[in-house]
Amino acid sequence: MAGILVYALHDDEGNFNKNSLGAISEAAKLAGELGTEAAAVVVGDVSDDGAAGLGAYGAKRVFRAKDAPEGLAQPIVDVMAKVISDEGFSYALFGGGLLGFEIGAGLTARLNAGVTMEVTEVKVQDGKLVAERPVLQDSAIVDVGYVGEPGIIIGRLNAFDANAGDGGSAEVVDVEVELSDWSTKARMVTRGEQRGADVNIEDAEILVGGGRGLGEKDNFKLAEDLADAMGGAVAATRAVVDAGWYPYAAQIGQTGKTVAPKLYLAAGISGAIQHKVGMQNSENILAINKDPNAPIFEFSDLGIVGDLHKILPKLTEAVKARKGG
Amino acid sequence: MKICCLVKEVPDAAVQKRIDSNTKRLDRSGEKNLNPFDTHGIEAAMQIREGGNAQVDEIVAVTMGPESAVRALHKAVALGADRSVHLTDEALAGSDVCATGYALAKVLESEQPDLVLLGQQSDDGECYTIGAVVADHLKMPSLTQVIKIDVADNKLTCERQAEYGYDTVEVELPAVISVGDAINEPRYPSLKAIMGAKKKPLDTHATGDVGIEADHVGEDGSKTQVLAINPPPTKEPGEIIEDEDTNETVEKIVAWLDERKLL
Ligand SMILES: Cc1cc2nc3c(=O)[nH]c(=O)nc-3n(C[C@H](O)[C@H](O)[C@H](O)COP(=O)(O)OP(=O)(O)OC[C@H]3O[C@@H](n4cnc5c(N)ncnc54)[C@H](O)[C@@H]3O)c2cc1C
Ligand SMILES: Nc1ncnc2c1ncn2[C@@H]1O[C@H](COP(=O)(O)O)[C@@H](O)[C@H]1O
Repeated sequence: MAGILVYALHDDEGNFNKNSLGAISEAAKLAGELGTEAAAVVVGDVSDDGAAGLGAYGAKRVFRAKDAPEGLAQPIVDVMAKVISDEGFSYALFGGGLLGFEIGAGLTARLNAGVTMEVTEVKVQDGKLVAERPVLQDSAIVDVGYVGEPGIIIGRLNAFDANAGDGGSAEVVDVEVELSDWSTKARMVTRGEQRGADVNIEDAEILVGGGRGLGEKDNFKLAEDLADAMGGAVAATRAVVDAGWYPYAAQIGQTGKTVAPKLYLAAGISGAIQHKVGMQNSENILAINKDPNAPIFEFSDLGIVGDLHKILPKLTEAVKARKGG
Repeated sequence: MKICCLVKEVPDAAVQKRIDSNTKRLDRSGEKNLNPFDTHGIEAAMQIREGGNAQVDEIVAVTMGPESAVRALHKAVALGADRSVHLTDEALAGSDVCATGYALAKVLESEQPDLVLLGQQSDDGECYTIGAVVADHLKMPSLTQVIKIDVADNKLTCERQAEYGYDTVEVELPAVISVGDAINEPRYPSLKAIMGAKKKPLDTHATGDVGIEADHVGEDGSKTQVLAINPPPTKEPGEIIEDEDTNETVEKIVAWLDERKLL
């Protein structure tokens, strides 16, 4: 039967990813409009209850491949390609996340299928799914349709909301999949290592975000001083976390945290899509960047074109004075 | 060991990118450049060569694109590649990710590399996916967004950030690895290397030369179709202040914060 198949990612404790749950809810909604079914694939160590529980989000069936490892894309390509071929699914849908990109891309090659990524919305047109994808720094939105089946849709982070409804429990179907030879040639040594201090940015009402524009690790002090003066916390981009300038726990974006503080003050941050998706719902966005063409200015409420090294120290002093007085 | 680096010619970042409403493709006229993300792939290859843990016999830059894309290959060679391969054919125009990945895999097959390196994204297309598509066609293990590669005993130990933190993954060669931009600081090419780049060997292939089936590529061979292009929902543009007198700028920021009760 035609249907929409979703990959549900989970961590080592068996907790499903919020974006995967969102993708299931979205698939269930679309399947309703198409008059078909939404189903999910899980791999590795997922309990009966855990798998069946995905029914609450709208999955009618959950295909479980216990012998395939979680965390690397290629074994999951093997599993999904088999389920899609055996059961005849018309679409594969992924929530935002790194693994979804890799699995979706692998399926594209394996099944000679069309793929659209960074999708923010999916709609039904003439009985088929059409994916909306923003391109060129979100300056245009392209409607993409699929030629033949299956069509592969990779969502943008937080594009689909998870709705735990009264979908009941899903039927759990165990599948045996022989992994491709090349899928077994990558092996996880350690997964999900947390680098740097365990800082809390999710509860802060004011966040000062620091990016590569700070210039070097020690300059995070400028962001910290301002955050202290304002009674907030410091967040970071992947660029500076990868560089070892700031802890991973403070990272915002696609492979970091999603926040929505009262104020997000971005200092030396370009505003790449993968960062934007983690902070665009902040109530107020203030950006300081020396490049007038930086994408961050497209979605900030107040943009300061200038050198943060000149502005931050004076701003910190001014805030202290204002608060003290 | 032979390393192939996939490189792409992209519109210069300083140029306003736009979509041609007639062809529904990216308007690729104007200044072009080597995709900045791909310079990290070439640098990673150079560091493996210089690292001493593996003998690198050859670094080959590979691209698929129109005639003008040789300039990206020249830049790649100036950065360290020994020679380059250019897949160019009218039949490839308008290829989507599925078709592009297939075509690139076919050229790579003709080279039989031990390692394929890519950038984390193309600056224009931003699909983040070509590496994983190519890998499945080549039946090789793969990872994307890798920020550290150690080579030993025909194996790579790679680190990258995924959804839950940093993963360390062992990958057997041959493999396809897309590198993140934090992996290294690409070197500047020497004047001598820039001057010499055009003299290094360059092979040009049409689709038939590497066994690409014409009906699998180009607009007709693609599996996605652009149905419409729409402007994004309009958003009130924010206020912009050019910092001329920093004391004044700071006063304005404080007033703005005050107004919103953020202090
Ligand atoms: C799959 C994937 C997942 C990703 N996940 C994430 C994620 O979770 N989070 C994330 O943040 N990114 C993520 N990224 C990376 C993202 O694409 C960007 O590369 C990153 O956000 C850029 O960080 P940045 O803004 O600090 O650096 P840059 O893009 O280098 O920007 C630095 C900015 O600082 C400005 N600047 C420089 N000097 C000064 C100065 N003196 N004063 C003022 N301004 C200055 C520059 O003009 C520039 O705009 C991901 C990418 C991929 C492909
Ligand atoms: N036409 C092309 N020719 C050669 N390499 C490419 C081409 N398109 C993409 N790539 C490679 O794939 C990487 C990711 O591109 P993308 O998936 O488009 O974001 C780039 O950094 C390049 O290394």
